[in-house]
Amino acid sequence: MKKEGKQQIWKDYQKEIADDNYYFQRSCIRQNFFPGSEYAFLKIIKEELGKDIFDDARQTTCTGIGYHSDIIPFETTQTVVARHFALMTEKGYHNFVISCVTSFGIYSEIFETWKEFPGELEKTRYYLKKATGREFELPSNMTHASDIIYKFREQIFSKRKYSLVNKNTGKPLKIVEHIGCHYAKIFPRKGVGGAEFPQVLSGMIESWGGEVVDYPERRHCCGFGFRHYNVMADRGYSVANSKKKFESMAPYKPDAIICNCPGCTMFMDKWQYVIAEMENKIYGTNGNGIPVLTYEELAGLVLGYDPWDLGLQMHQIDCESLLDKMQIEYDPELKYAGKNGEKLEIPIQPNYVH
Amino acid sequence: MNKILENIINDVRYKEGLKSCMNCGICTAICPAAEFYDYDPRLLLTIVQSKDEDQIEELLKSDFIWYCGQCMSCKTRCPRGNCPGLIINVLRKASQESGYFTESRMGRQQYAILRTIGENILKYGYCVHPERLTPEMHPEQGPVWEWIFNNRKEIYARLHANLDNDGPGTLRKISRETLDEIHSIFEVTGGMRFFQLIEKYSKKKVKEMGFEQDEKNMNRYFMHVYKDGINDSS
Repeated sequence: MKKEGKQQIWKDYQKEIADDNYYFQRSCIRQNFFPGSEYAFLKIIKEELGKDIFDDARQTTCTGIGYHSDIIPFETTQTVVARHFALMTEKGYHNFVISCVTSFGIYSEIFETWKEFPGELEKTRYYLKKATGREFELPSNMTHASDIIYKFREQIFSKRKYSLVNKNTGKPLKIVEHIGCHYAKIFPRKGVGGAEFPQVLSGMIESWGGEVVDYPERRHCCGFGFRHYNVMADRGYSVANSKKKFESMAPYKPDAIICNCPGCTMFMDKWQYVIAEMENKIYGTNGNGIPVLTYEELAGLVLGYDPWDLGLQMHQIDCESLLDKMQIEYDPELKYAGKNGEKLEIPIQPNYVH
Repeated sequence: MNKILENIINDVRYKEGLKSCMNCGICTAICPAAEFYDYDPRLLLTIVQSKDEDQIEELLKSDFIWYCGQCMSCKTRCPRGNCPGLIINVLRKASQESGYFTESRMGRQQYAILRTIGENILKYGYCVHPERLTPEMHPEQGPVWEWIFNNRKEIYARLHANLDNDGPGTLRKISRETLDEIHSIFEVTGGMRFFQLIEKYSKKKVKEMGFEQDEKNMNRYFMHVYKDGINDSS
């Protein structure tokens, strides 16, 4: 096929991503496990790209984990989401940016439900007005936070301090990307590249000098399972699915895993530790696990942010192997320090994997 | 048609998720839960599509409807645009509204989810909060999480968070006014009633098991369904 033909087809897999003036919807999981990522995202949007983004103290969870664990009725989730749209409307914003892939799926499902079943929209307007007195307009643009980083990936790279290159060998770093099921599997048209050719993370990796690892279980679920992880007795489902992915990617010797979804990031990090403790099985090289990073952490490293300012010390699998390959400067003494550099106790070392 | 089936069919997610299944089985081929459990979304849609009330009642009482991990991979691949994962949401709602969920081991776990995620939403305004992620309940989180948990005030401050404080920012304290709005939404939309139903039927189960429904026994029941239900046959 001629290049023009391919470009024409590729246009069908693109989505509109607003340029500026964003209303930011935070993520429960990202705030708990990767607080430095949301900090880095806001810093990049405001300071590196010079955009306007509003961080609202009045927002709450979207109830997504509860909804997919089936303790929350759909009407309740729709109305909580409508309240967030009302907060956005009241502040004069129209571009809704979502920090969580589960939430992105929730907002997308509700948006499509309201289009297909206008009665549900009217019912939700009634519920919200009755419960809170609030009214809302629908956002004119709704994106996942990674879509914004993807859109401005070249601009970010132009301000780089580091690129995704192994400075010891001069070769591109081999990076696994995991976009998370609810980014494009439910509504493929809402993800960059759709479900078939998701580009949101691979675009960042390639633009920043890295090489994307294509492995057999690339699109398999991380195994969250919502209710399965939430109940200790059923966590085997979750670890088994991540294990399937690790077994599939390990032969390609990836230097890092980059995730779109905060839940996937946490599971791919923690389950490597659990599998090592259970089976003494390590998927990285030289006794290390495979570092698992959020896309904000990756962008932050490229821009030269301090790894401990990004929160890499909160990962169970050490990220130093990646930092060393990129020859990023960091102070190991400050890894476990507090806000003002004060020394905190050091975590207990795991038995097998670092 | 009985009331349970009528409610299932009238749910918008049923209308959206089951147009006309031709039983091709692509959903089962792609399904991570079908690989891990004795689960088969193709069979699920065959039963639901038949509208056989007895078979649907059996589903609502069984572990079968609780196997799905909600990844929604089935949605992407179905050539008819069906979504078995969405039908699962409808059936799980029916199972809890009818009380049938306490008849299966995995169904009973809804009480544990209510006591963790449900309570978090109403108390903190978040699905997950560091205070509730204790290392005892989450050993899989490993020693680094234990370190974070034990030093959370210092570590979240180090990472620019606003843990449990007023104003905007990461893990800020959700204000009383905002929580009141969330509670009001739960009251108006049936979320609170649904929580009460899960609680009511779980207490009934505890009574059937021969125990008083006091706080101590409900806590024991919570730990039982959360942690130790693996070898417990229904």
